[in-house]
Amino acid sequence: MLPGQLEPVWVGRRLFLRYAGALTAGGMLLAACGDEENPTTVTAPVDLGSGDTGILNYAYALEQLEAAFYTQVVASPFSGMTDAEKTLLTDIRDHEIVHREFFKAALGANAIGALTPNFASVNFSDRASVLGAAKAFEDLGVSAYNGAGTLITNPDYITIAGKIVSVEARHAAAIRDLLNPKSADFAGDDVVDPTTGLDAANAPTVVLPIAQKYVKTQITANNLPK
Amino acid sequence: MNLLKLIADIEQVDPEFGDRYSFHSRRNLLKFSSKLIAAGIPAIVAGTLNKALAQSTTPSQTAIDIANYALTLEYLEDDFYRMGLAAQGLVPTSDQKVIAQISKHETAHVNLLKAALGTLAVAKPTFKYPTGTFTSYPTFLATARALEDTGVQAYKGQAAALVNDKAILKVALQIHSVEARHAAEIRRILGLKSWVSDTTQTTFTQGGVNLKTLPNVSGISDDNLRGAFDEPLTKAQVLAIAAPFLG
Repeated sequence: MLPGQLEPVWVGRRLFLRYAGALTAGGMLLAACGDEENPTTVTAPVDLGSGDTGILNYAYALEQLEAAFYTQVVASPFSGMTDAEKTLLTDIRDHEIVHREFFKAALGANAIGALTPNFASVNFSDRASVLGAAKAFEDLGVSAYNGAGTLITNPDYITIAGKIVSVEARHAAAIRDLLNPKSADFAGDDVVDPTTGLDAANAPTVVLPIAQKYVKTQITANNLPK
Repeated sequence: MNLLKLIADIEQVDPEFGDRYSFHSRRNLLKFSSKLIAAGIPAIVAGTLNKALAQSTTPSQTAIDIANYALTLEYLEDDFYRMGLAAQGLVPTSDQKVIAQISKHETAHVNLLKAALGTLAVAKPTFKYPTGTFTSYPTFLATARALEDTGVQAYKGQAAALVNDKAILKVALQIHSVEARHAAEIRRILGLKSWVSDTTQTTFTQGGVNLKTLPNVSGISDDNLRGAFDEPLTKAQVLAIAAPFLG
């Protein structure tokens, strides 16, 4: 279904008309339905699919989230953002956009639609709020790729995922260094196990509920490899 | 469940655990249940560990070779940071926490890989370093950057070959991203961007997708198109880079 097409969606007893994949229309609809606590204001779920395609869609979903976040960070800089910070955050934004567009193109007809982000918990004018969220997204992304590597069957996709995850890890370290310069936090004991020296690796079942907090579109992943 | 964390925990109560947790003697672990439970490891976790190991197939020779290759690089990194921290006046106070954190991880990686390989682990080589490595901090940092970026590329270059050795692939990926964090931080100390843009790389195709022709990327610089993907190195390429350090 193409953006702009009307799709009837039943939510409970109520019929919603939804513009699939159209972010602004989705936002308007949600606004019209009242606050997000209202259980009836869900958009139609997006299912990631199965097999390697499912894992690529999983990555695509996370990259959509990150790209949307940094796009807003750069578009509405927090108070006191230095030039160096702006350059760094713009680089990260660009990387995430490239990742998002790459997965969309690689998935072709199998790609999920555009997700509607929900950054209501982020105060984009506040440095600590923005960098705290950035840290959370980057660490989550690293743990997601690390946990997904073993779910991929095509070796070429493992290499691609490897090329991306280390960039996410570089982002994570840089963001962490902005928050607490020249401390141990760039690879802190909270994320890299101090005994084994291993970064986190989380399964989609762990990552998606966390990511879902920042995405209005409901993501289902019941058919992902385990 | 973080299996390796568990293994590390077990090692603290059973120093010989590492020897037993070798690729060729995993099944010895089956004897361990009571000991794990005695050590305070919950029965369900101990049971899961036994089950996982009992079900796991013997790692391929490829995986063993890759683990030894990784161990060799970790020996080098571990040795390098130990020497750096031991060199009086080399690492300024402002950077001690960073270098100590990296050093701690490299030591952990060596211990982890040695434990996993057991008697199959290669011995630590003798290393040599360029003149000035431990007397000039800029030289030390330049070497650190090279080792970390190469480490990232080395792990990445082997990931696909581990497609059938899931347990080892997972650990390799978990080390890989830590090396990337290290590389990013060393680069920041050097005043460099935390990501890599190799300007000799003139093609922009990843996985059959030409990045240049993607939608929504028209304003994105070549540096950022390159920086979005870290490139791997083959074993031969890495060993050529590491060769000058091998005594």
